Amino acid sequence: MEFQFQFDWQAAINSIPYLLKGVPYTLLISFGGLAIGFVLGIIFGLLSINKKWFLRWPATIYIEIFRGTPILVQVLFIFYGLPDLIGNPIDPLAAGIAAIALNSGAYISEVVRGGVQSIDRGQTEAGLSLGLSRSQTFWSIIWPQAFRRMIPPLGNQGIVSIKDTSLFSVIGVGELVRQGQVYIANTFTAFEVYFVVACLYLMITLSLSLLLRLLERRGLASV
Amino acid sequence: MTQIVQMKNMNKYFGKLHVLKDINLTVEAGEVVVIIGASGSGKSTLIRCVNGLEEYESGKLVVDGNELAPKGGNQKSLAAIRKEVGMVFQQFNLFPHLTVKRNIMLAPMKVKNASQVIANATAERLLNRVGIGNQANKYPSQLSGGQQQRVAIARALAMEPRLMLFDEPTSALDPEMIGEVLDVMRELAKEGMTMMVVTHEMGFAREVADRVIYIHEGQIVEEGKPQDVFDNPQNERTQAFLSRVLAH
Repeated sequence: MEFQFQFDWQAAINSIPYLLKGVPYTLLISFGGLAIGFVLGIIFGLLSINKKWFLRWPATIYIEIFRGTPILVQVLFIFYGLPDLIGNPIDPLAAGIAAIALNSGAYISEVVRGGVQSIDRGQTEAGLSLGLSRSQTFWSIIWPQAFRRMIPPLGNQGIVSIKDTSLFSVIGVGELVRQGQVYIANTFTAFEVYFVVACLYLMITLSLSLLLRLLERRGLASV
Repeated sequence: MTQIVQMKNMNKYFGKLHVLKDINLTVEAGEVVVIIGASGSGKSTLIRCVNGLEEYESGKLVVDGNELAPKGGNQKSLAAIRKEVGMVFQQFNLFPHLTVKRNIMLAPMKVKNASQVIANATAERLLNRVGIGNQANKYPSQLSGGQQQRVAIARALAMEPRLMLFDEPTSALDPEMIGEVLDVMRELAKEGMTMMVVTHEMGFAREVADRVIYIHEGQIVEEGKPQDVFDNPQNERTQAFLSRVLAH
């Protein structure tokens, strides 16, 4: 039997409106999660370089747990496991956002730590010698410089997290992959539909890359 | 005369290494004290203790009437001391994300709550004083090393310090830029600024210093007027050091 495959453009185009319904969910989970993750990252990243061990240890434990376990396990744990503990079911969207937040927060903590530690000690000494307090020195001298260095790795993490949301199809969030799966179940056009799904991811991640490139260029211009 | 710095039997360790040994030193208001010595002798550590960038283990340190306790003790006076003491570093340590003018305005605005207008006027005046009034809106990386160090001096002066510490201010400069920085320091000295200067510029020390201190392995082994220390050193270690550095 001769096998011949023909890419069905019509099927691909027809799937687009249905798939686009998943995009807001993908964006909401990734950017909602990343926004919280950024806050977690600043808090735990700074705690992880604190001199006091009782502040440093909890941060290190958090970072190691969420970096060291798969995000798929994390989201399954939150969605299926936590309800047993709290006695209420958890909304899949909230579970997805929580998973991205906690997971990206651990990685962003490391980005924050690295960024802050990369700033020369002399900057702190100059700030202190001028009479600035430790926190003034940090927020007006160290942080602005560290943040600029953090932009490329933060962008990386953003892209990783956007792609990680695709795993949340398993808990039934109507994001891009989930929409694709449902659509394919009715049309059996897997090749075309996943091709379109991949293109949509690429459009999101490429837009982010472009935005970051612009940010970096503006950041560099003023150093 | 007023004593700006008073050190009594000060000792400092880095781990087991005894870097400052029973330092006794006073600096009077308006005095220029130049500290010389081989690298690793503890001269930088000595002046870094004055504004608390290094802690010391035992002895006594009083800066402009504020006693700064040894490590583990009450450090409350540190904020007051740092407001009174300016410092210039070997590597300039300018803030690369701020313009030259903003580098100078930062501390007066944050620490003394100076208004933008006042801080701006101070910055412009000081930049003119160090001869680079036309570079105010550039970033530090756009300036030469000599210009950067002059900005660093202006930045410290903006806090109107009672004492200026210079930690090898010309050691990171290309030879042709050393003169312009020393000129600014010479002016400062002439205007009566109290200064503690760690340097390898023996010509500057001889010309500007009221007193020269030679440190060897964490100890003050010689102290006196520049002509006495340079022309008639009493200690054989000072003699050996000077013959090495003055030979060329």
